[in-house]
Amino acid sequence: MSKNKTPNSYSNQPDERGHFGPYGGRYVAETLMPLILSVEEAWNAAKDDLTFWTEFHELAKHYIGRPSPLYFAKKTTEHFGGAKIYFKRDELNHTGAHKINHCIGQVLLAKRMGKTRIIAETGAGQHGVATATVCALFDLPCTVFMGAKDVERQAPNVFRMKLLGAEVIPVTAGSASLKDAMNEAMRDWVTNVHNTYYLIGTVAGPHPFPTMVREFQSVIGREVREQMDEREGRLPDTLIAAIGGGSNAMGLFHPFLDDPDVKMIGVEAGGMGVDTNQHAASLSGGTPGILHGMQSYFLQDEDGQIQEAHSISAGLDYPGIGPEHAWLFDQKRVQYVSVTDDEALAAFQLCSKLEGIIPALEPSHAFAHLTKIAPELPKDHIIVMNLCGRGDKDIFTVAKKLGVDL
Amino acid sequence: MSRIEQKFAALRKEGRAALITFIMSGDPDLETSFEVLKSLPENGADIIEIGMPFTDPAADGVTIQKAGLRALKAGMTLRHTLEMVTKFRKTDTKTPIILMGYANPLFAFGMEKFAKAANKAGVDGLIIVDLPPEEDCILRDHAKDNNLDIIRLITPTTDERRLPKVLEGASGFLYYVSITGVTGAAKPDPNALKPHITQIKSQTDLPVVIGFGIKTPDDAKTMSGLADGIVVGSSIVEKIALLQEDKSKLGLVGDFVKSLSSALK
Repeated sequence: MSKNKTPNSYSNQPDERGHFGPYGGRYVAETLMPLILSVEEAWNAAKDDLTFWTEFHELAKHYIGRPSPLYFAKKTTEHFGGAKIYFKRDELNHTGAHKINHCIGQVLLAKRMGKTRIIAETGAGQHGVATATVCALFDLPCTVFMGAKDVERQAPNVFRMKLLGAEVIPVTAGSASLKDAMNEAMRDWVTNVHNTYYLIGTVAGPHPFPTMVREFQSVIGREVREQMDEREGRLPDTLIAAIGGGSNAMGLFHPFLDDPDVKMIGVEAGGMGVDTNQHAASLSGGTPGILHGMQSYFLQDEDGQIQEAHSISAGLDYPGIGPEHAWLFDQKRVQYVSVTDDEALAAFQLCSKLEGIIPALEPSHAFAHLTKIAPELPKDHIIVMNLCGRGDKDIFTVAKKLGVDL
Repeated sequence: MSRIEQKFAALRKEGRAALITFIMSGDPDLETSFEVLKSLPENGADIIEIGMPFTDPAADGVTIQKAGLRALKAGMTLRHTLEMVTKFRKTDTKTPIILMGYANPLFAFGMEKFAKAANKAGVDGLIIVDLPPEEDCILRDHAKDNNLDIIRLITPTTDERRLPKVLEGASGFLYYVSITGVTGAAKPDPNALKPHITQIKSQTDLPVVIGFGIKTPDDAKTMSGLADGIVVGSSIVEKIALLQEDKSKLGLVGDFVKSLSSALK
């Protein structure tokens, strides 16, 4: 997926050691280092191999159902009375979210490397379901680590993963949430380093994972470019996406980073508010640090101890963020904002009623920010929002919040 | 000569391997942890590794994870760990002290500031698990400027091609991780280790110590034959965990360390 890169490009990151400015890198134990280097070697070979991408695009088309539609959200546009709003419909993908994009890509890489076992971490369960799905397809044993708290609040996805043949291991260590599931996956990897591939679920972790996941997810942004050109004959004005680790946002943003007229907004999970300690907004409320193999922004105390994140959306409930987002934040190329649980909950309902689309709680955060900016923008201002997941998995959480007994 | 060099030179004369004991600073609480620390040399520990607690110890097994959480709950911070070393140095100027942990608490403290403070406190070396040679440039020069050895980890996955990269810039001693896994995991197979240790020894003059999976005096004895020292961590930490309920069991920790030490003589 190489293209001509100018020296002052935003899209030519990272450097050969996987650094996006000071962020990224490979902060892993020595046991894993040789393996990380071999993943990098395999990835470098694969990304320049046409047969690899042919297989990827074949599966993207016939198994995932790509390209996903770029839908003009007429009723939403009329409701806000301002900017013209499009949804990138990645919730229509097989398994109901964008996660399947990088799962297909990584499982193909794991096969190339001769790995015979896949492990993954999951928060909401979407990445776990997508991983279990591709493991079923490729006949690979799959172990998914999931915080014990998430196992409880995402029961339908746990059941899905098991149906697909995966083993789900509830993680009780630490705070029993997504970050601890990631720690536990690292511990498993360090132990089973010879036969196992760790299929990381976002643009985070040690190099080359942030870059590799971005490249697989960039299919979203590349499609938007083409579809927008077809529909409007021009580039969009604003791109907007929700951010936990940042994979769907990176996928949408990356192909537009060097288009200075395209504004980008990443929406973090503000939980109970960024001024409380109950949120998951690593950029708005965190500081630089080192965790999970990378330097990035994290929620931590002044002693460098990692704090628990909080969000109504289990998929955003991570106290860190991908290193490329950290860099784009410092560079001010992307604007990062946050919305609260309550705002996301209202957006979840509004989108469902307006468009007949029940969005996941993750993109509901992006939709919530739309409600703040769209009305003020002129009618010829085009916004593309990444509708990166469908909300079926969230109906239990939402019903409980609304006081409805299912 | 650094404390570490002096210690290994003395042990070579004695013709035995070093007993390196690991404890988590602040476990189960600040005061008890200091009592444990003080008791280690008198019970035969040659070198002491002190863990710096971290919320997310991705290379540690359950025993050391729990020790870290106990310490954090008791209010342990990096500053307190350094204070504990300062206090220890008032009565013991000989026993080398190695701080072991993860990069983030140091990063939050400030790498340069940390290296200065660690030197001042009387720390001799550092093992930072998630700072492989590719990334330890953020600490290396500061450590060197402050006479702190960077102790590198070598593992069963560190192949011949990679070994020179790990050896470059290593000082003090080398820590051979006996298994692919987390701390406190399965017992290593001495026969499988031997060729790897021999290979490392052929490329460096630094002492090589073996850690991970060494739990009993018997393990200690077997492994000590292969290297210049052995590290015992989780099984000591398990004894320390008992002190949370009953401080009078401090003697148990000492007796256990003594039994390890005897096995090496």
